[in-house]
Amino acid sequence: MGQYSTDDVAPRELGHDPDDPALAEMEDDGTEADGRLMGLERAGAWRLAWWKFKRHKLAVASGILVLLIYFVAAFAEFLAPAAPGDYAARYTYAPPQTLRIWDGEEFGLHVTGYKVEVNPESLAREFVNDPEQKIPVGFFVRGSSYEFWGLFEWDRHLFGPLDPDQPMYLLGADRLGRDMLSRIIYGTRISMTVGLVGVALSLFFGILLGGLSGYYGGHVDNVIQRIIEFLLAIPTIPLWMGLAAAIPPTLPPVQVYFMITIILSLVGWTGLARVVRGRFLAMRNEDFVTAARLDGASEVGLILRHMLPSFASHIIAAVTLAIPVMILSETALSFLGIGLRPPVVSWGVLLQEAQNIRTVATAPWLLLPGMAVVITVLALNFLGDGLRDAADPYSK
Amino acid sequence: MTQTSENGTVLSVRDLSVDFPLQKGVLHAVRDVNLDIKRGKTLALVGESGSGKSVSARSLIQLVDSPGRIVSGKVNLFVDGTAADITAMGAKSPHIRAIRGGRIGLIFQEPMSALSPMHKIGDQIDEAIEIHLGLDKKAARKRTVELLRQVEIPNPERMADQYSFEYSGGMRQRVCIAMALACDPDILIADEPTTALDVTTQAEILDLIKRLQEQRGLAVLLITHDMGVVAEVADEVAVMQKGRIVEHGTADEIFYTPKHPYTKRLLGATLKLEHASDHKAGTYDPASEPILKIRNLSKHFGHVGGWFSRAGPSIRAVDDVSFDLHRGENLGIVGESGSGKTTLGRMIMRIIEPTSGEVIYTGSDDKDQDVLALQRKGLKKYHAAVRMIFQDPFASLNPRMTVKQIVGDPLKINNIASGRARDDRVAELLEMVGLSAEMMDRYPHAFSGGQRQRIGIARALALDPRIIIADEATSALDVSIRSQILDLLLDLQKRLDLSFIFIAHDISVVRYFCDRVLVMHKGKLVEIGEAEQVCTTPSKAYTQALISAIPNPDPRNKRMLHRTRFQSEPQAGAEA
Repeated sequence: MGQYSTDDVAPRELGHDPDDPALAEMEDDGTEADGRLMGLERAGAWRLAWWKFKRHKLAVASGILVLLIYFVAAFAEFLAPAAPGDYAARYTYAPPQTLRIWDGEEFGLHVTGYKVEVNPESLAREFVNDPEQKIPVGFFVRGSSYEFWGLFEWDRHLFGPLDPDQPMYLLGADRLGRDMLSRIIYGTRISMTVGLVGVALSLFFGILLGGLSGYYGGHVDNVIQRIIEFLLAIPTIPLWMGLAAAIPPTLPPVQVYFMITIILSLVGWTGLARVVRGRFLAMRNEDFVTAARLDGASEVGLILRHMLPSFASHIIAAVTLAIPVMILSETALSFLGIGLRPPVVSWGVLLQEAQNIRTVATAPWLLLPGMAVVITVLALNFLGDGLRDAADPYSK
Repeated sequence: MTQTSENGTVLSVRDLSVDFPLQKGVLHAVRDVNLDIKRGKTLALVGESGSGKSVSARSLIQLVDSPGRIVSGKVNLFVDGTAADITAMGAKSPHIRAIRGGRIGLIFQEPMSALSPMHKIGDQIDEAIEIHLGLDKKAARKRTVELLRQVEIPNPERMADQYSFEYSGGMRQRVCIAMALACDPDILIADEPTTALDVTTQAEILDLIKRLQEQRGLAVLLITHDMGVVAEVADEVAVMQKGRIVEHGTADEIFYTPKHPYTKRLLGATLKLEHASDHKAGTYDPASEPILKIRNLSKHFGHVGGWFSRAGPSIRAVDDVSFDLHRGENLGIVGESGSGKTTLGRMIMRIIEPTSGEVIYTGSDDKDQDVLALQRKGLKKYHAAVRMIFQDPFASLNPRMTVKQIVGDPLKINNIASGRARDDRVAELLEMVGLSAEMMDRYPHAFSGGQRQRIGIARALALDPRIIIADEATSALDVSIRSQILDLLLDLQKRLDLSFIFIAHDISVVRYFCDRVLVMHKGKLVEIGEAEQVCTTPSKAYTQALISAIPNPDPRNKRMLHRTRFQSEPQAGAEA
């Protein structure tokens, strides 16, 4: 039985299928094939990836949705009809109102008002939509004032009741009569940025440690891989609970927020580090990297100019898939009461209200932040899948 | 062509066309192909990459990869006195499945991927037999052992219980043949069956197919790009170009009285590589001082031992090799896979650090440098003078950089030229290798294999090198492009005062290109001498065996059948 080829080439020489029909017309001796490749010839890898991504309709739709969600997060103050803390004890657990244009007599955008009825069975007082009452609503209305991005003070809202004192609860109200829609919109900001900041931190550690691990290999790789395995071996929920318990309760909300992102990325970086390491290991011995090394490229040049661009698109895809994990983790932590705490508004914090089965039974709209989580996570996952498929434009 | 089943035709193909719908338009991969495959005869389908030969063969058994489909034509199978039209059968129908494997056996190019690494060889063949012939386990195993014996696997009872990774490449291809023959097919389709194998193994496999054909009266359809293989084994030849059969005839007719210009060109390119090039620069002077001296270079790969394992025995990939490279010389290094030739080339470049030995480079200032002792800065200078061309033109160019960036990168890194001056230099280099400077802004994927290899050469030339190490630089290319690239290198040598170390497994390429040849076997230097002398009258037994196993592109003078065989140490005897 012969020796296995340690250094040789016979199988490699068949790296491309010589009978690939797509190559059929391209493979020719001279330059005659060029005319048939119009457009393709000057398209860089990013443009090819974009072409490929565009064909993935679900991913494109999800991408647009994700952009929209981040847009909402950025302009929360303006888009939310009310401030997240505005409470009205009169409207405790008020149900969602219906938005109407035609009231039977004339056109005019309005919501129906409430009247209180006593439930004949339970004798509890309940809100009922009252079509008789008409609360006119409009665009760019005056409402509670806010500081827009810390730049200037403003009191205009995209949408709201013309008279700020009248109630508008499109998605219902919570225990303190606070508007669920406004709270979900404000929650978007925290939940979505926890994902971004957490992933940014994970990405930093992941690329740094994964890169070191994959590029140098040997003992460095061994040590880093054992650390990753150790971190992954710890059950996440107890780890989070332990770390979250260490956050002093007196800390201001902003600092708690950063502590939480750090805790989340502490586990999150391991996955990214493995992706990066695998890519580095595979690419380290690619011919074109060897060629660049022989051209005299320094190690930094090799990594930044030749290796990273080749898998930047893979990293983008991995990041997109990591964001929903972060969002879910934040939601889980806050839901359990060990993550963010009120008055900070995040989807997880909002869902704390829905822990009690009785409240859920009387006010099911308290579960709506969960819908927001589901939609966002699905959109990010579809987007990530599409990006991953497009990441390698040369594959089939 | 009016043969019928009476004159021994078992499979007749009439006006077969296969289309692949692409994003823009339709690719006509196969156009109006007519073939007759006869009992006991070998029909060779030859053509270069993309000519449609594999697609044609696959469509005979309805195995065209999606989205391709047969758009017209008939494939008639004449067995047991009746004709069956294969194109009329559904690709997943039970009829076609009975024919595949049952009536028509198939072997592929890559024996590695055709076998499952998870199952024992015997079990894999047993399964095929159980499915097709409905035998029970015991009878199936008996037949498996018999088949393995027929394909000349030593000790078939024991070998049936081994896994595919315990087999060498040649033995795996034998197993694939055994599987293809498991149900006594009438026709064997062999798609590049020996392309992935070494020449000596190739000769063994072709021999085996020939012998089995005689024993069983098989009709063989051999798909290949190698005119040498065609001459050695084919009775009839069909030449394919761009999906059409451009010429069809007996082997003798095709080789001696070719009519179509494409056939002539293909033969010309093959025959051109049968002797030394007449373009050689002639700058080689054996009496001159060598510019590169390799002394006792060795590389031992082996496990050094980690936390949980002991040091294992090491493999001597390169074992005590010494030679000189003279100025203006083309030195060829030949050997089969695993002979250590690539490792040797990479050690000279210090991509792989040698275990022991010396590499002495005499710079343009006539000072000797110990290459293995060079530090960062010195190594960078050495890498500018000694450049490398890679085998795979697809993997060696960064797909995310334009040609301008790829060729200009060495100039940028070494601060030789920038801005306008760099662009001008890149344009000059591209024109030097026969590409238009206007192609600078394109990405590598827009070029064909041959063009990409030219880009790789331009990159190697960017730093005004003195020595170029070409590692299998032409083996991924079609034969006609192969000679173009070799001529380009010879032409550049004349103009630029270069020396080459040319690593190849293909002896004809080395003979065409090189002044001297070094033959390697299992890490050791077997023989070194003048190219013409080594290739025609080799002195060592191993080289003789190697040379005589090369297919000769002349059907009247079949070399492989009279080849000498080489038996090295006893443990190597198991090699097929």
